[in-house]
Amino acid sequence: MAVSLDRQRKVITGNAAAAYAAMLCRPDVVAAYPITPQSEVVEQLAKFHADGWLDCEYVTVEGENSAQNVVCAATMAGGRAFTATSSYGLVYMYDAMFNTAGYRAPVVMVNVNREPPGIHAVCAGQQDMISVRDTGWVQLVVENCQEILDTVIMAFRLAEDFEIQLPVMVNYDGYYLSFLAESVDIPGIAEVDRYLEVLKSQPRRPRLLPGQAVGCGSHGIGTGYVELRKKHMAAMERVKSKLEEIEEEFAAMFGRKYGGQIEEYRTDDAEILLVTSGSAVGTARTVIDAKRAEGINVGLVKLRLFRPFPRERLSEVLRGRKAIGVLDRSICFGWDCGPLYMEIRALTPEVGIVPMLSFIDGLANMDITKEHIGQMIDAIVSAAQKKSYRQVTWLP
Amino acid sequence: MLAKEIRFHGRGGQGAVLAARMLASACAVEGKYVASFPMFGFERRGMPVVAFTRFDDQPIREKTQVYAPDALVVIDPTLLGIRALFDGLKPEGILVLNSPRPLVEAPHPSVHKAAVINATAVALCEIGRDVPNTCLLGALARATGWVSLDSVLAGLAEHLEGDMLKKNIRNAERGYHEVEVLTW
Repeated sequence: MAVSLDRQRKVITGNAAAAYAAMLCRPDVVAAYPITPQSEVVEQLAKFHADGWLDCEYVTVEGENSAQNVVCAATMAGGRAFTATSSYGLVYMYDAMFNTAGYRAPVVMVNVNREPPGIHAVCAGQQDMISVRDTGWVQLVVENCQEILDTVIMAFRLAEDFEIQLPVMVNYDGYYLSFLAESVDIPGIAEVDRYLEVLKSQPRRPRLLPGQAVGCGSHGIGTGYVELRKKHMAAMERVKSKLEEIEEEFAAMFGRKYGGQIEEYRTDDAEILLVTSGSAVGTARTVIDAKRAEGINVGLVKLRLFRPFPRERLSEVLRGRKAIGVLDRSICFGWDCGPLYMEIRALTPEVGIVPMLSFIDGLANMDITKEHIGQMIDAIVSAAQKKSYRQVTWLP
Repeated sequence: MLAKEIRFHGRGGQGAVLAARMLASACAVEGKYVASFPMFGFERRGMPVVAFTRFDDQPIREKTQVYAPDALVVIDPTLLGIRALFDGLKPEGILVLNSPRPLVEAPHPSVHKAAVINATAVALCEIGRDVPNTCLLGALARATGWVSLDSVLAGLAEHLEGDMLKKNIRNAERGYHEVEVLTW
């Protein structure tokens, strides 16, 4: 692949889009360990570095736990740092992820969604990102290769913002997006510099420097712990409006936007809604259009921000519908449904009591086909007509 | 409607994934929207691999596998025995086949048109290895007219360079000029 730092349009994979985005943000440190289906991100970044396009400290690590500790330390020393992982790699850095979040270290990480250990599956699935839900990271989920590139760039703006200072994880489906080649608009590095420039005018975040002692995560007893947790929680809540703000600026500069926390598709007059995330959103759009052509008033909600959970915006869009379906590419043990479904059910006091249907599809590379989504919409229609319905449906 | 869907069948190491991507690059050269991805479990040489390419004059939103292909590109003739190989091939669809022997009859009742070339022999001659993928892209371009040979060669240049690019250009050109198109 011929490399250029000028603005260009190229057919590249989702993984290459992530690597390009990371390079354009001029990280000081990259440390990552390859794993299917993420390997190409690491290979590309290593090659960019070896060929002189990416001027950074490239740390070859022996595993993901070290990768996470390296990028955490790099950001605490004031640097910009990037890593990427998937599945087994993500859970291998589980303890380190808590550290990164607890230290408020603004790492940006790509997680290529793949089924986690247990049943060995080198296959797409969102269970990995669900399993790190409560580590205190911001989590975004995206739909196509362009959105991967754009969101990684926005992630640095979000993570390093003085009012946020949290690690950000950008998730995209393995196989269906990681290996998908599409035409992608790649901005020039000067444009990306301009977009990130505002960070330089913000107050400098506390840094670990030789000879200057700073306590980090070392005084977590009783009230000190509670104070840090409350501050972390408050920063997490600020992410919602900050994301929309930095996306507006992104749109003004690059001409593309994604709706911030959630995107509504044909929801205005919709009587019923389907909520989902990731690559299934694109397929769902085509099915929504087809069902609309048949006269069914159905709309789609794309969940883009998973942590913090966009409670307010979701409540607003879900309220007043006749039935709601939620499509998950993962499962929620102990609740016998999909995890996004479980969280959306928790909005019932705001949304009102209507039939809510959980659909589980796309586990272990199973294809979330147009036919499947058509069946889901048919089931939501039927529930909206007050017919009895199954609360949880596994497809196929 | 310009939309077409192509399904590639090969074995790990024969370049099915890259061929599908190179076809996407070739169609993008002509200003089309494109999407291409493979589907396999483990990366292993010799394992059956499926890859998909879509092109359209509209943005491609669906992220699903291809179930009703307009063309099937079979890079490894030993895959002809796979039961599901021809599943969903459209009645007006075409089979682009690497075959060491001329086809005398349709390899499956749902095949009514086939473009056949001994791409392994061409690749061994032009590249020195059994990598028949780019030869079949030339054959596909000729048999369908969906994309020009020039665009196919431009697509190769997005993914290959130097000597390997030159050899594959010869491979694709020979596929284009030497393919035999049969109908039943």
